[in-house]
Amino acid sequence: MASIKLTINNKPYTVDVDPQMPLLWVLRDVVGLKGTKFGCGMSLCGACTVHFDGVAMRSCTLPVAAAAGAKNITTIEGISEHIDHAVQKAWIELQVPQCGYCQSGQIMSAVSLLQTNPKPTDADIDAAMMGNLCRCGTYSRIRKAIHRAAELMG
Amino acid sequence: MSELLISEIFKTNRPSAINRRNFLKLSSFSSVALVLGVSAQAGSSRLMAAGNLADSYNLTPYIIIEKTGKITLMNPKPDMGQGTFQSVPALIAEELELSLDAVTILQTGGEAEYGRQVSGGSTSVRLNYFSLRKVGASAKEMLLTAAAAEWKVPVGECYAENAKVYHKPSGKSIGYGDLAEAASKLTVPQDPKLKEAKDFKILGKNYPRPDVPLKVSGRAVYGIDVEVPGMVYASVEHNPVFGAKVISYDDSDALKIKGVLKTTKIQRSLGKNKYDGIAVVADNFWAAHQGRLALKIKWDYQDLDHFNSKDYEQSLRDLKDKEGKVVHTDGDFEKSYSDAPVKLEAFYETPIVSHSPMEPMNCVVQWTGPDTVEVWASAQGPDLVKGELSRTLGIPRDHIKVHILFNGGAFGRRLYPDFATEAANISKAVGKPVKLVWTREDDTQLGPFRPLTFSLLKAGLSADGKPVAFQHKVISPSIGATMDEKRNETGESSSMTEGISSQLYELPNMKNEYVFSEIPVPLAAWRSVTSSTVAFAMECFIDEMAVKAGKDPMSYRLEILLTKDSDTKKLLTKLKEVSHWDKPLPKGWGRGVAQYEFFAGLAGYVVEVSDNKGGGVKIEKVYAVIDLGTVVNPDMVALQMEGGATMALTAATKNGISFKNGQTEQTNFHNNPIVRINEMPEVEVHIIADGGPTIKGVGEPGVPPFAPALANAIYAATGKRIRKMPFDLNKV
Repeated sequence: MASIKLTINNKPYTVDVDPQMPLLWVLRDVVGLKGTKFGCGMSLCGACTVHFDGVAMRSCTLPVAAAAGAKNITTIEGISEHIDHAVQKAWIELQVPQCGYCQSGQIMSAVSLLQTNPKPTDADIDAAMMGNLCRCGTYSRIRKAIHRAAELMG
Repeated sequence: MSELLISEIFKTNRPSAINRRNFLKLSSFSSVALVLGVSAQAGSSRLMAAGNLADSYNLTPYIIIEKTGKITLMNPKPDMGQGTFQSVPALIAEELELSLDAVTILQTGGEAEYGRQVSGGSTSVRLNYFSLRKVGASAKEMLLTAAAAEWKVPVGECYAENAKVYHKPSGKSIGYGDLAEAASKLTVPQDPKLKEAKDFKILGKNYPRPDVPLKVSGRAVYGIDVEVPGMVYASVEHNPVFGAKVISYDDSDALKIKGVLKTTKIQRSLGKNKYDGIAVVADNFWAAHQGRLALKIKWDYQDLDHFNSKDYEQSLRDLKDKEGKVVHTDGDFEKSYSDAPVKLEAFYETPIVSHSPMEPMNCVVQWTGPDTVEVWASAQGPDLVKGELSRTLGIPRDHIKVHILFNGGAFGRRLYPDFATEAANISKAVGKPVKLVWTREDDTQLGPFRPLTFSLLKAGLSADGKPVAFQHKVISPSIGATMDEKRNETGESSSMTEGISSQLYELPNMKNEYVFSEIPVPLAAWRSVTSSTVAFAMECFIDEMAVKAGKDPMSYRLEILLTKDSDTKKLLTKLKEVSHWDKPLPKGWGRGVAQYEFFAGLAGYVVEVSDNKGGGVKIEKVYAVIDLGTVVNPDMVALQMEGGATMALTAATKNGISFKNGQTEQTNFHNNPIVRINEMPEVEVHIIADGGPTIKGVGEPGVPPFAPALANAIYAATGKRIRKMPFDLNKV
C-alpha cells in the first residue's frame, strides 16, 4: 500500500492503495468516478478510456503508480460540467448511444482525436476509434457524430 | 406522508391486485394523488393487436400524479439499449398529453401489479402498443371530466395539453396535479377514445431519448455502478470445465493479499445447472480479483473434460441422414422430390457464439433479514430475478426487492439471472452487502451461449425452375434442454426450427424435420434466438434454388415464390426499390438479398460487396427494410437495424466460441473478437409503417437476414457459395 497523489479532472486526490491497482479501479471504487467503465481488463475494448495529460489511454491496465505521473487525468466527468462539450452535443444531436456502456470511452477517444486532428477523415476516424468496441453497433453514428463535433468546434 | 392518498381508480373484479403498502415503500413521493394502470401482460398478443382489452384491466400503477404537478411514469421494460426507457412510457404520455421532457420515468421492480416485466422477444412495444395507450387515454378522460365538474362546464368544451386541462371558450386552465384527487374518484372509462395517428405529438416522431444525455456524460447508472453502504466486492474462480466440482481449495495465499476479507465456496444456479466456484471477498474489486488469482483449487472434472467442438460438430454432421421429428408437413415431399426433374441439396453450418455485452455480468445483493434480500442488477426482467432467487434461495418472491439499472447490453444474456444467485450466495456467506463483478474472461467462458444449428436442405424444381418439393432439417442441441431437465426433443423441436416452416414462400410438398443432440454446455436465447442461425441456411438455399432455376434471386422470390400479396412481398418490393436492385453494379461487385419472418417480426437486407480479387471481399453498402405496422421512434428503429446488422456481421465473420477438453477456448476480445468501427459499413434503413394490422417487433428482426444477404452477395460477386459460418471476409 502506498499513499499516491493524483490529479483527476484538475482536482487533487490522495489515495491509499496497492500501487499496482489499475487506475480504472481507483477511479471507480476509491475516488467514486463511475463514468469510466470496466469492459475487458486487457486494453482490448476501450470502455475504460481516460486522458493522461490529454492523450487517450486505457485505464484498466495502467497501474495507479504510473498515473501519478500525469499532470492531470481527465475522465468523462471532467469533459464538461453541463454536458455541453462539442463532442457530447454531437453525440446527443445524432442520438448515438444504445446501451451506452461503451460511450464514455468512445467520447474520450473522440475528444482526443479532435484535439490533434480537428478535421478528421473517415479513415482518420476509423484509425483512431478502432480500439473502442461497441457491441450495440453504434459505429456509423459515431463516425457521423465526430464529423459533426468537428463542425461544432469550428 | 400524511398527505398521501392513493386511489384505485380502475374498478375491476380484482380490487385487491394493488399492493398499496409495497408500492408506497417503493416510491418516495411526498403526495401521491393518482395511481392507475393496466396490466401489460393481460390479454393475448392477438387481443392486443386487435385493440380489444376491455376484459383485461388490472390495477397496476403506471401513472403517478403528485399534487405538486410532478408526474412519474413507471416503465416495466428494462432498457438494454433498445430504447424502452422512452418507447414504453411514450405510449402513455402520448395519450395523456404529456411532454416526455416533463415526466420522470422509473423502472418497475418486479412487483406483481405490473405483470410481466421482461424485455425480450421484441415484445415491449408490439405487445403494449394499445394497452398502455389506453392507460393514458383513460386517465386523460378522467382528468377532463374532473375539470369540467370543477368548472361546471360540458366536458366537450375541455381539452388536455401539456399536463393541463383547458376550457376552450374561456381559455382558463388547471394542472393535472390539482385535478388528480377529484379524477381519482371517478369511474374508469372502459373504452377510452385513442388519439388518431395524425394527432400524435410523440409517437412516430424522432423524439430525443432521455437517457442519451446521461449516457454521454458518464451519469447513467448501470448495475456495475451501484454502491450500497458497507458493501464489499467479490470475484469468483469458476469451474474450468463445465460441471467440474471443487474437491478442496487452499486460500492461504489469497488471504495474505491486503484487502481480502474472506473466501467461500459458492454455487451458481443456471436453470437446472449448478456450477461450483470459490468466491474471494475483499474491500475493493482489485484485491478480490488478485485474491482469486492466488487461489489453489483442486477440481474433480467428473469425466466432463472430453468435450471438444470438432468432435461435436462431426457428430451433428453424422446425423444428417437420421430421420428427425417432423415439425411441418404439407403434401408428399418424398414422392415430389423423387419425381422432380431438377434436384438440389445442401448442408449449412453455424457456430456457437457469445453474447458479450460490453458490461460484464455483475450484481449487488444485500440480505436485509434472515429471509429477505435486496438486489441491484442489470437484468432483462426484475420479475425474472425475483423468480430465480425465490426458486434457488427458497424464499418467497415478496421477500425479494429488485432494482433494475440500465443494462450495458444484454442481447438475451441477461434473461438468465445466474449472477444474482451467485451474488446472493456470497452475500449470505459473508453477512455483508456484496458487489459481484465478473471479468470479461468469466463472461466469455461461462456461457450460456447461443446454440449452433446445422441444416440439411433439399429442393425439387420443375423443369422451368418452380419449386415442387422442399425440405429443411435442423440438427442441433437445444436451449431448453440445457436449462430444464423436463425439456426434451419433442418440446424443443418447434423452438429450434423457428420460422423455417412459416416463411410466406409458396413451397409445395414441404416436410421439415428436427434432429436433437445433447450438449454438455449451457445454451441461451441470443438476439433473435434460433432465427439467427436457421435463417442463414434457409435464405442462402433459396438463393441456390434461384441460381439453379436460372433466375435473378430477387425476381425468383417476388415472382415465383411470392405470387400473392403479403407483408413479405411488400418488404422485398421495397428492398428492391430502395437498393436500386435493377441498376447494374460496377464490375466485380455483387448484391445479395435475404428476408426472414419469425416471432419477433419481419426485416430484410440487400448487401452489396466488391471482390478484392484474391484479397477477399469488401462490404460496400447495406440497405435494410423493416416492416412494423406502426413506429414509435423511427430513429431508434434505425439504430436497432444498424445494431442488428453489426451483431450479425460479428456472428457471421468472427470465430465464435469453441470448446476443447470441456473448456471454452476463447477468453476475451482478442480471441473472441467483435466487429470494429473500420469493419462496419453504412446501413441505410427504411421503415414500413403503413398502419398494417399487425404490430411487429424492432429489436431482433434486424439480425437473421443479414448473414444470408451477405453470403448471397458474396456468391453474386465471386461465384463462391458460402454454407458455413463463420467465414472470413478477407479470404473468401
